[in-house]
Amino acid sequence: MKSLVVSDVKQKYHAKDYDVIVVGAGHAGCEAALAAARMGNKTLILTINLEMVAFMPCNPSVGGPAKGTVVREVDALGGEMGKNIDKTYIQMRLLNTGKGPAVQALRAQADKHAYHAEMKDTLEKQSNLTLRQAIVNDIIVEDGVCKGVVTNTGAIYHSKTVVLAVGTAARGKIIIGELMYASGPNNTQPAEKLTVNLKNRGFDIERFKTGTPPRVDGTTIDYSKTEEQPGDEKPQHFSFETSDDDYISPKDQLSCWLTYTNEKTHAIIRKNLDRAPMFTGVIEGVGPRYCPSIEDKIVRFADKKRHQLFLEPEGRHTEEWYVDGLSTSMPEEVQQQMVHSVAGLENAEMMRPGYAIEYDVVAPYQLKANLETKMVKNLYTAGQTNGTSGYEEAAGQGIMAGINAGRRALGKGDFILKRNEAYIGVLIDDLVTKGTKEPYRLLTSRAEYRLLLRNDNADMRLTEKGHEIGLISDERYQKFLEKKKAIEMEISRLKQIRIKPSDAVNKFVEAHGDKPLQDGIIAAVFLRRPYVNYQTLLQFIPAPEEELNNRVIEQIEIRTKYAGYIAKAEAQVAKMKKMEAKAIPEGIDYSAIEGIATEARQKLAKIQPTTIAQASRISGVNPADIAVLDVYIQQGRIAKVESNRKGA
Amino acid sequence: MALTTTDFDTIAAISTPPGEGGISIVRISGDDAIKVADKLYRGKNLDKVASNTINYGHIIDPETGEEADEVMVSVMRAPHTYTKENLIEINCHGGIVATNKVLQLVLSNGARMAEPGEFTKRAFLNGRIDLSQSEAVMDLIEAKTDRSMKAAISQLDGNLSHLIKHLRKDILDVLAQVEVNIDYPEYDDVETMTSKLLREKAKDVHARIVQLLKTAKQGKILRDGLATSIIGRPNVGKSSLLNNLLHEDKAIVTDVPGTTRDVLEEYVNVRGVPLKLVDTAGIRKTTNKVEKIGVERSKKAIQSSDLVLLVLNASEELTDEDRELIKATSGKKRIIILNKTDLPLKLDIAQVNGLTNGDKVIQAAAIKDDGLKDLEEQIAKMFFEEGIENSQNDVMVTNARHIGLLNKAKQALEDVLKGLDDGMPVDLVQIDMTRCWDFLGEITGDSYQDELIDQLFSQFCLGK
Repeated sequence: MKSLVVSDVKQKYHAKDYDVIVVGAGHAGCEAALAAARMGNKTLILTINLEMVAFMPCNPSVGGPAKGTVVREVDALGGEMGKNIDKTYIQMRLLNTGKGPAVQALRAQADKHAYHAEMKDTLEKQSNLTLRQAIVNDIIVEDGVCKGVVTNTGAIYHSKTVVLAVGTAARGKIIIGELMYASGPNNTQPAEKLTVNLKNRGFDIERFKTGTPPRVDGTTIDYSKTEEQPGDEKPQHFSFETSDDDYISPKDQLSCWLTYTNEKTHAIIRKNLDRAPMFTGVIEGVGPRYCPSIEDKIVRFADKKRHQLFLEPEGRHTEEWYVDGLSTSMPEEVQQQMVHSVAGLENAEMMRPGYAIEYDVVAPYQLKANLETKMVKNLYTAGQTNGTSGYEEAAGQGIMAGINAGRRALGKGDFILKRNEAYIGVLIDDLVTKGTKEPYRLLTSRAEYRLLLRNDNADMRLTEKGHEIGLISDERYQKFLEKKKAIEMEISRLKQIRIKPSDAVNKFVEAHGDKPLQDGIIAAVFLRRPYVNYQTLLQFIPAPEEELNNRVIEQIEIRTKYAGYIAKAEAQVAKMKKMEAKAIPEGIDYSAIEGIATEARQKLAKIQPTTIAQASRISGVNPADIAVLDVYIQQGRIAKVESNRKGA
Repeated sequence: MALTTTDFDTIAAISTPPGEGGISIVRISGDDAIKVADKLYRGKNLDKVASNTINYGHIIDPETGEEADEVMVSVMRAPHTYTKENLIEINCHGGIVATNKVLQLVLSNGARMAEPGEFTKRAFLNGRIDLSQSEAVMDLIEAKTDRSMKAAISQLDGNLSHLIKHLRKDILDVLAQVEVNIDYPEYDDVETMTSKLLREKAKDVHARIVQLLKTAKQGKILRDGLATSIIGRPNVGKSSLLNNLLHEDKAIVTDVPGTTRDVLEEYVNVRGVPLKLVDTAGIRKTTNKVEKIGVERSKKAIQSSDLVLLVLNASEELTDEDRELIKATSGKKRIIILNKTDLPLKLDIAQVNGLTNGDKVIQAAAIKDDGLKDLEEQIAKMFFEEGIENSQNDVMVTNARHIGLLNKAKQALEDVLKGLDDGMPVDLVQIDMTRCWDFLGEITGDSYQDELIDQLFSQFCLGK
């Protein structure tokens, strides 16, 4: 038999012109395209496969610590992720409820098929936006400025700006044991040319790796041997626009189930380590530490007797179940043995094997804070292309890249969020300042001002900005202003009301093991006591003129109870802003500053920070280096690179 | 091509304390240091001599050919020098006039007068030493006694850094555990950082910082000297006490440039404790002019003192002025000295004891010999009650910036404990724990955040 004949197009053709082109319709691409189009740009979004729009090739879930806050930030900026998950979730849970307000995190199990379909529908219905299937082979660059893209079908699309959000499709390679083949996520066609061409244009392209666990047939799971994890009773949503009335009652939500690996599972893995691509050296990409494969966990934490596994439904109309915690690239038959060794999965049928996937990444130090590449003007990148992992991280970058590409096309200035304004700001600053050596995941510990970047106040932080950009409607903005006013008025009222030491109050206080009041106490001060909440407070003071809703009450409680800590966080921000105000002149020749350590000099030259604050966040640049740099700048002893830049 | 404007010019200064000494050193640093010295030097060709050599010769005025001094010249070539630049040290032998002449010649032949601390600043800017070390060098330069020097050297070696890093490591462990509980709430693999655990850790670190701060008081005294004033009516013997304290080698006199002798500070080495004598000019004046010192002036001196030596005349009855001075010094650490006990005793010692709440009273005919020894012993005891020997192996905090930061770190830990008492959640209370960590980091000049994340992943088995 003859071998398969394939060929490239022989002729290119000039297709339409757009303001903004977004390459990739994953979680980053969708936000970017919607933002650009909603701002009034004629926008084109291209994807390799229309069935892959907003697809979840890994966890069927959205949110969690830090990530959930990002979803709310995207929503407050007028993005789609929050609304889309609110329409398609099958379980909702608030995590960390026993902890403080800064770290409570919402997480939803998604119906991954409904999630995809809903987002695709949204893109299709969006005015100014065209959704099309195509593989982008290259970008068009003239005089260092990006002017459009070229597809595998030979179409040339011109545009003012381009956003690349190509994810794991970029020279993707799937690995299952000894089996390796070129593939995008979920066995889709990979984009084999784009990143090669970027590399040829001088971009530093790195290779990362991630992975996914096997899926099993839910009808073959013995749930009785596992532990049920149902959804929450109390209504919760990601979008600030979703009403409590739309909450799915817990009995109609789908549960997740908890089980564990055991010694037998570990023995199977150990016995087959010589066939594990992670350890035989065939995987060259760098994998994430926070989401290691099961074989990695067993090698690195050899003394652990068991690891948690969560069984998660992939949707309402499927029996496919995701085995969270069992990410692996072991050979298929070994995966099968591993699955069968787990309690509840003894007879489970594996529907798809887990796999590792390697892909190309644009090393993010090549980006500016607006997500535009330093080398090619009007070219923006977002999502996994920038070395992150996670749908939420992708969406956060996507909306920012879309806003910035859209604003550039409209002739407007950059939109940048600072570290003290949003997790999205932390994420992007980390990427462009520190770069990343592994797929980057947002963690609450990455945010030094996390008390200010709460899940509950994303709207307070960002709605105003979203409105200014033009992604938040006047109507929604008006509602936001009303909420803000209600909070402020009630807080100031509570600061004025004095509670008298009546019998009722003292009975209540003593019932909670506290000393009775001698004198009166200001209501706001009383509210700070751990056993007092707003509702109990209302027993002792007159109710406000208008009844307050739960979201307003939540803000009043948090701002009052944690006022001391919030003030501390704000003091830290003020300190940082001082450093942020110290600008570093452009084009410094760091090699001429001898007092700076060699590693720091190289990093500074590579990243070219714009402020002392940013420079201080570069890993490998120590405070001593910053002190030297600061002194040099203050003394005006800066050695500047002569402005004879290439190509100008 | 890069326009390098980073080359430093060549600087010079007299590096030994001003005043009459056996030798004094003129130091020159910079690219042209050797060239400048060579112009003035008659002897070997300094440009040709090996690095780290000392060369005998003469400094001459190149214009007149006149000899300025007989000298030894140390030649140290970049980069292995204190400043990482070419470094020349001219050991002058002819006293202050000759040294000044040598400096003048150096300055008129291509060097510029160094600003205070500029040699150390260059060592820092050229990457020779880090911030905490450069602080230590400044302390070392200003060390008043051997013991001060020891404390500064220990810091230079990084003993303090070592200790602080240890503290930070322990805090980091706690923080990582809190973080992991937050970022992986569904994970049961990691022990939950409860308020009880956090409280224990905070108390532990707090106790260690308090311990460290205890040395701070002594450290500050060693570094800055113990501000001491001698107070008393005219003619009670203040000036003889002063002279006895200052006798022989004990006096270290620093002339603050640009000021009159009136604010001259005089240091006395009392068993390793540098006493900084306040307003000695005032005391001297009285001996010259028999001018009565106003009580107001005394009060001012008392205010700025760590220690007051109150001198009373035992051969006279207590006067109102004495009483007023006793009252004015009551809040201070003080030693009462009953002088002139060789004359007939008229002072009611019981009355003095009553007025001074049992503060130490020393009796002496004139404050010298045994009386002086008594006094010195008393001073050492007062400020180093826990024994000096014991603290020698330990780290001693001497730097005001470090002390400030340690106090802030301590306060942050107290906030942690208060937050826990108030029933605040661990992840909020942790803000103060992080602040404590930051303050300590400012001492050693370490940054954070990245460390925490690495810690998170190296210590715990994670994965969603």
